Amino acid sequence: MIDILMPRLSDTMTEGAIAAWHKKPGDAVAPGDVLVEIETDKALMEQEAYEAGVLAEILVAEGENVAIGTPIARLDDGSGEDAPVAAAAPAAPAPQAASASTSAPASASPERRPASPLVRKIARERGLDLATIPGTGPGGRIVRADLDAVPVAPAVDPVRTQEQPPADAPAPAPAPAPADRIPFDGIRRAIASRLTESATTVPTFTVTASADVGGLLGLRAELNAAAGDGTRISVNDLLVRAVALALRQHPGVNASYSAADGGATLLHRRVNVGIAVASPAGLVVPVVPDADRASVSTISAVARRLVEKAADRTLSAAELADGTFTVSNLGMHGVEHFTAIINPPQGAILAVGAARDELALLDGEIVSRTRMRLTITADHRIIDGALAAQFLATLVSLLEHPLRVIA
Amino acid sequence: MSRISYRQALQDALRSEMLRDDDVFLIGEEIGLFEGSYKITAGMLDEFGPKRVRDTPIAEEGFTGAAIGAAMLGLRPVVEIMTINFSLLALDQIVNHAAKIYGMFGGQTRVPLVIRTPGGGGQQLGATHSQNIELYYAFVPGMKVVAPSTPADAKALMLAAIRDDDPVLVLENLALYNTVGEVPDDDEPAEIGRAAVTRAGTDITVVAYSRMATVALEVAERLAEEGIDVEVVDLRSLRPLDRDTVIASVRKTNCAVVLEDDWLTYGIGAEIAATISDGAFDWLDAPVRRVAMAEVPLPYAKPLETAALPSADDAVTAIRETLDAVARRH
Repeated sequence: MIDILMPRLSDTMTEGAIAAWHKKPGDAVAPGDVLVEIETDKALMEQEAYEAGVLAEILVAEGENVAIGTPIARLDDGSGEDAPVAAAAPAAPAPQAASASTSAPASASPERRPASPLVRKIARERGLDLATIPGTGPGGRIVRADLDAVPVAPAVDPVRTQEQPPADAPAPAPAPAPADRIPFDGIRRAIASRLTESATTVPTFTVTASADVGGLLGLRAELNAAAGDGTRISVNDLLVRAVALALRQHPGVNASYSAADGGATLLHRRVNVGIAVASPAGLVVPVVPDADRASVSTISAVARRLVEKAADRTLSAAELADGTFTVSNLGMHGVEHFTAIINPPQGAILAVGAARDELALLDGEIVSRTRMRLTITADHRIIDGALAAQFLATLVSLLEHPLRVIA
Repeated sequence: MSRISYRQALQDALRSEMLRDDDVFLIGEEIGLFEGSYKITAGMLDEFGPKRVRDTPIAEEGFTGAAIGAAMLGLRPVVEIMTINFSLLALDQIVNHAAKIYGMFGGQTRVPLVIRTPGGGGQQLGATHSQNIELYYAFVPGMKVVAPSTPADAKALMLAAIRDDDPVLVLENLALYNTVGEVPDDDEPAEIGRAAVTRAGTDITVVAYSRMATVALEVAERLAEEGIDVEVVDLRSLRPLDRDTVIASVRKTNCAVVLEDDWLTYGIGAEIAATISDGAFDWLDAPVRRVAMAEVPLPYAKPLETAALPSADDAVTAIRETLDAVARRH
């Protein structure tokens, strides 16, 4: 028997959801067969079988979410041998084909919970009952980290506190207004946890500037007319390029905070600009790598492909990794300006509003100008207000002299 | 301190022992005129003459047996076996004579023999010339087996081996000969049977020896950038095995990965895993993992050879998965 474990598909992945099983119990499996589709915090990925055999048992059903390293299925390799290197060798005997009943666990004594030897030793010392402690290790094994949540001496009777409200408890709150519950999928869960982490742990400030983008829009129209082959450069493509050039000029903004060893600013050597995309599953931020070294037409082609893949939910982990700064553009929705939340571990994000015609005073004359508002949200631990302002000034200057963007 | 190569450190140790003790002599194939297949004995014939630097026919059993006899009668021979693969031809002499004579004959004579021989794959030498079979000798009571991973240890363990009154196999490594490091200028021998914590850490213990001990340090530095604190134990001696250092480390970190260049099944890693189970069972938070060579005769073709040998990436994966299992996620 070989345990198939929830794989680690990206460096930030801590858990994954089973999107779809491609094999069912009893199916023969050859190395390279797609076994299962797994939804991570970033993408939907196919997982292939590494070993040949027969899928004996599915341990995690579609839609369920488990930690990496958790067994999700068992493969009967027919050898009767223990799995070689990787398997976390389950102690339970392999069930024979006859019984497919689901209720009883394989272990004969239900009170015997899998726990590491270290956990058993600590439990003896502290007088803990392992039956009451949830295990988060492979196969539900209780590991030391699970004990950290348990108080050394149980101060309260958990059954009592759970089931019996105190005598003077207020009357139960009225039933909430009816609502339809839409459970989070992996991407929504990742958005919720990452942005909560960002908004609650990162001290931020925002700086807004506006750019006169009349020239930029004119240049874009010229470029698109000249191409003539249907390829269209978007305002966002030009923005990504301009942002990348401004980041190159202000490396302190192309940076991340590190808490290690008393704190540090990590200046990234590459300029990889993430673009916030509203996909059917929610917000995703695919990355245009080395945008400071790419031409606008290259950025445009890369961005178009990323947006299409976001729509199909086929973005790979690599396409979502290693961003150093993010551009979030809601201009197409007519938004005047907004602020964005930093995408950790990046140090800043730029929120871009719509290009709008406005009246302006030029040498005492009232003239019409097309202006766009740009708001940077920055991590104040590593970026000060003056630096953010200088970055915006560089960006505004680039956008107002658009030939420098495409030069 | 001098910055010298592993090769130079071995040669320095041989030379200073030859100068210190007239009973020390070198014997083996091509070590004199040709100066050794890997040039460890370069210049020795000129300096010490053919009586103390003896070229032999291609006859491992014969010259190893001759050296054992010389050792029994009071000399201190240092045998070069060109690579550990050829030691198989002398297996009976080593296992049944060198290792047993002292015990079998009531302690009448000791056998102060040194066998120097490199192991290691990855040089496209084919399946029969790329093996890591030090285990065969570490298995035998009566033998000592040391496996230096650094130039400093190469010198200190070679000095110790020559001064030891029992047969010692010094496992060198083809991939380490050109590595460079700080080596003390004095002739202070190491203590045979003592492992070294070559990097202190708190998250996980990585146990290794010879080439893989250098891979372990490289991997530890890589993972340190992500905040994973790896402790590296370099065994240095396979017999006697310093079980206490391994156990003390695992009692601190609560999990371990063993890296070895030999095959997985019945390998050194299995002995380390058993040692940890004996001495640190109640401190283990995850099963001990082993990273070893694929269980095949090592292929000649470069891509296949590379794929079969354990790599730093394999080690990183095993370490990450072990830390995942104890929910110390990074």
